[in-house]
Amino acid sequence: MISPATNLFPWLTLLTLLPAVGALALACMPARKPTLARMVALWIALGELMLVLLLLQHFDRASSALQFVERRAWIPALGVEYFVGVDGLGILMLLLTAMIVPMGILASKKIAERARLYFVLLLLLESCLIGAFTALNFFHWFLYWEASLLPAFFLIRLWGGRARAAAAMQFLVYSMAGSIALLLAFLAIFAGTGKFDFLSLAALAQRGELMPAVIQTLGWHGCTPQHIALALFVGALAGFAVKVPMLPLHTWLPDAYTEAPTGTTVVLTGAMSKLGLYGLLRILLPIFGAEMQAARTWLLWLAVATIVFPACTALVQRDLKRIFAYSSINHLGYCLLGIFAVLPTLATQSAPVVERQAALQGVLLQMFNHGLTAAALFWFVALLEERSGGLRALEDFGGLRKPMPIFAGLMGIAIFASMGLPGLNGFVSEFLIFQGSVPLAPWQATIALLGLLATAIFFLGMVQRVFAGPLNPRWVAMPDLALQEWLILAPAIALLVLLGVYPQWVMSIFNATAVHMVQPLHF
Amino acid sequence: MMSIVPILWWIPALPVLAAGLIALLRQRQRALAQTLAIGAMGASLLLSLVAFLHVWANVRRAMPTLEIVNFNWLQIGDTWLRLGWMLDPLSALMLVMVSLVSLLVFLYSTGYMEHDENATRFFCFLALFAGAMLGVVIANSLLLLFLCWELVGVTSYFLIGFWYAKPSAAAAAKKAFIVTRIGDLGLFLGMVWLQTRTGTLLFYDHGAGCMEHAALARLSVAAAASIAVLIFCGAAGKSGQFPLHVWLPDAMEGPTPVSALIHAATMVAAGVFLVARVYPLMSVHPVNLLHSSAMPPTLALQVITWVGAATAIIAAAIAVAQNDIKRILAYSTISQLGYMMLGLGVGGVVVGIFHLLTHAFFKALLFLGAGSVIHGCDGEQDIRRMGGLSKAMPVTFATYAAGMLALCGFPLVFSGFWSKDAILHAAHLWSLSQIPFWLGSAGALLTAFYMTRQVCYVFAGAYRGALDKSAVGHGAPPAAGPHESPAVMTLPLIVLAIFAIALGWLGTPAWEWLQSFLQGQPAELHWAALASAGLLGTMLLSSTLVFAGLGLGWWLYGRRPAQHAAAPDVLEQQWPHIFTALGNGFHVDAFYAATVVRPFAAACALSDWLDRCVWSGAVRAVAAGTQLLARAEVWTDARVVNAGFDAGCQGVTRGGQFLALLQNGRVQRYLRVLTLALIVLAVVLLWRMRG
Repeated sequence: MISPATNLFPWLTLLTLLPAVGALALACMPARKPTLARMVALWIALGELMLVLLLLQHFDRASSALQFVERRAWIPALGVEYFVGVDGLGILMLLLTAMIVPMGILASKKIAERARLYFVLLLLLESCLIGAFTALNFFHWFLYWEASLLPAFFLIRLWGGRARAAAAMQFLVYSMAGSIALLLAFLAIFAGTGKFDFLSLAALAQRGELMPAVIQTLGWHGCTPQHIALALFVGALAGFAVKVPMLPLHTWLPDAYTEAPTGTTVVLTGAMSKLGLYGLLRILLPIFGAEMQAARTWLLWLAVATIVFPACTALVQRDLKRIFAYSSINHLGYCLLGIFAVLPTLATQSAPVVERQAALQGVLLQMFNHGLTAAALFWFVALLEERSGGLRALEDFGGLRKPMPIFAGLMGIAIFASMGLPGLNGFVSEFLIFQGSVPLAPWQATIALLGLLATAIFFLGMVQRVFAGPLNPRWVAMPDLALQEWLILAPAIALLVLLGVYPQWVMSIFNATAVHMVQPLHF
Repeated sequence: MMSIVPILWWIPALPVLAAGLIALLRQRQRALAQTLAIGAMGASLLLSLVAFLHVWANVRRAMPTLEIVNFNWLQIGDTWLRLGWMLDPLSALMLVMVSLVSLLVFLYSTGYMEHDENATRFFCFLALFAGAMLGVVIANSLLLLFLCWELVGVTSYFLIGFWYAKPSAAAAAKKAFIVTRIGDLGLFLGMVWLQTRTGTLLFYDHGAGCMEHAALARLSVAAAASIAVLIFCGAAGKSGQFPLHVWLPDAMEGPTPVSALIHAATMVAAGVFLVARVYPLMSVHPVNLLHSSAMPPTLALQVITWVGAATAIIAAAIAVAQNDIKRILAYSTISQLGYMMLGLGVGGVVVGIFHLLTHAFFKALLFLGAGSVIHGCDGEQDIRRMGGLSKAMPVTFATYAAGMLALCGFPLVFSGFWSKDAILHAAHLWSLSQIPFWLGSAGALLTAFYMTRQVCYVFAGAYRGALDKSAVGHGAPPAAGPHESPAVMTLPLIVLAIFAIALGWLGTPAWEWLQSFLQGQPAELHWAALASAGLLGTMLLSSTLVFAGLGLGWWLYGRRPAQHAAAPDVLEQQWPHIFTALGNGFHVDAFYAATVVRPFAAACALSDWLDRCVWSGAVRAVAAGTQLLARAEVWTDARVVNAGFDAGCQGVTRGGQFLALLQNGRVQRYLRVLTLALIVLAVVLLWRMRG
């Protein structure tokens, strides 16, 4: 489904290139002052945000078609085209990325050493993310997907905490391993079909012609067609499952998020963690729908594990960043639950289509909400680290509400948003996910509710130990938010409230897309 | 004339707006904060009164009393999820009650929180609470109700933990939030299920709402019962019903006005209100029984009845052995909430809500009175260190006595008598069992007893507090002892006392104004109804029980008031074990610590262990395996490939070196070798020739 009028102006290419070109310009700048580099990077990122908002203005919300499409032949012999475009899901991710990166830059105030390089890498990361969220041909999508690892790796490796070397290496190798599985799966598919672009592959899969074609070319001795299909599916799934992450492939995440400089963590959790879910929705669900459907029960239980276990693990963590990292896994677990619940089975055949739509819209909204909320939370940690000289263990603090009431109040709002308090953004998406999942997968969804409880327990425990209780005498003079910080944070927090009260503002972006995505999932 | 209904949303919106504005104020702008909060609350009260009069006018003109406004909230596919608000007799009464009690508590708080440096924040939370609570009352959608319900919960969290520097307050706040959230998960699940089955969460929607006949008829009896019980879980959590009552006594860590407003009069009653709101769902009967005359109570109503009755008696028993003036009232609140649930279960909405309304006033009165006592005794909360306060605090004493008699259900005069009697009467008529009735009656006896005990300890005898306590903080002379509170605190007490007495007259069996109002009918006077045999029987019984409780309390505690603070309780001397068990609330907290908290902590530790050892372990094992492989390869390279190559090279080198000896150009060595060879040759030849 492509809108008939192909755009004349290459908006999406411009969006992808802008941060990269900005990064190059920044790299060539003679200035050595960290503040200047940060300001330049911030203006570039804000310019990107402006462009995305402009694009959103021209985005037709009523249509589920791909918009702003650019399609040019690249390597015709290999079926490789330069093919970009966005639908509601894509532009949502663009909006999120463009909002998160300035937050990440603002939260990187502490970076003083080689600051220019740091911001160059951050902007390059943004380019890769935007590229991956717009690409519709496996070839250059995969290039962006892989390339995004490099700036992230160096950001962790060069500016991270004490155990950064191991964390960065684990992050890189783990992701690579997943990617290789994904790549092999797609090479096999290419060998069978000669196609790389997602839309044609999805169309083939929906007609049921994809796997037979692949199996025909891959007719290995002794391998049944089922085995081959399963192997391809598991390979593709592994790539995304590592990225999301889905239990038990999640162990790189707490280390990476904790060791990364906090400004980078903001971008990792806010924007980059959505790559995996985006891939599940854009690639796996349309192309491997039948295989996912066969594995539905297993996948659902894995999603439940991704919700419940990290929430429990977070409760025994001492490091604020580790707590939020585990909470991040837990929140993306709800997205997994929603995605897997909408897979059709005979048992859910009678369920009305509105429940699938609710679940899927909940997933999309949750991706956006989690990005905002988690980024805000890590940003607060960054501010706290600035004030405490890098300390961020629970027992280092206590009674902070007294010296810094505004900080405590605003961070409190972000924490309650993350907990899913009604009136704030997290509730709407979690409600929609459960609204859809409970009828579609009753047992798994009910058990997943325990995650909501455990989330409240660890967040409130954290609040109790950091903000309440007697004031730790070390922090008597801890400065509250300065006016400037307040002014920067207030819009982000206001957005959490706004989306909780009036979610339709964002939901209207992807409503049509979600309806369109659900259609083939219905018998 | 413009109708009130389209602008009804302003009633909750005004306090919320005030809260938002107060949040932006600085700590020292206390007067402005108070003015904003009280002004917004006063405006809400006015609007509520207008709404009430509007409904009343409809009732008298026998017009439909239910008016709704629904609006689109968000779009799922092609359908809109709608929210809305409603005005019916129930919400009109609740609106007036909540805004009136809130306003009085706000006024009282200006006196009570006078010395607190964070008073601005306090009024912000209070106003937010009032707004959210009013939202619960007018919500015409279970989703909107849930939204406000959780907001109410979170303001309760902030206000319990208002003195956050106290670890016990912070812990109590967390406990309250988590225990109620356990119940709320049930409510959430019930809500989602209800939406699945009926396709809407609007209560009323011109025939299409989930509380209306068409939707309810679509539910199977089993589904209706399950959903109703799940929703009741939420109500039980909020209303402190057994076994989720454990948070409410700890919630007394909050400032006393908070206890009065939130943890006695309004928020904890929200659970009762919720059950009343979804009552049509609670009473879904099998179709084949619909028109038969004797319908047995539905499963949900049975659950509510039994839980309510158990809560009423258990909490009343525990209250007997408490020594903290606020904890006694807290357990009393739990017990009274049990009565309300019992009333809902056996008698329906009218019975439960009647008690909710009367209780709101007299319990707010008691808590504010207790606050006045605490304020007058410089923060003392232990009733054993009070005594003789009737002389020092006459206004507080008089109003407190009125509240206490109302709570005990002193016959004919006080409101509690009429509302409690309605519950007991309904329980007596319950078709399934008489046990709830007897539990409720025993609870009534205990209520009169523990309240008499408390009043005797606090107001009778001589002051047992330490007079010479250096009251430097308050600036009062050390020997001043207890003192009456300022007018801004006693005035709300007087207003509440009037309501605590008079409100009951609106619902006597002779003139059931309140009951008929709730059902949307004009009331008529029937003196004869008072004399009907069944009613008179229960009235006589409950009066006897009240007098027995009062008398017993006076006999044990009032006749010879305790002389000094350390003197053991009369009951403690008699039955020390039972008294301790009651004092500890039947050890429910310890039981939960052993059965829920500790296993959960263990599960978390296990999950962490899985993470660190199993999942990471697998990764590390793969990494270690890879490294092992690499090492093996390095070893093979070094020891097999390289070493073999090196050995070969060395062999060649050595061979070369050896061969090089033959050609190193030293003539002497050549000659030496030549000579040696000749000799060897000669010897060999000679040997041969001889042979």
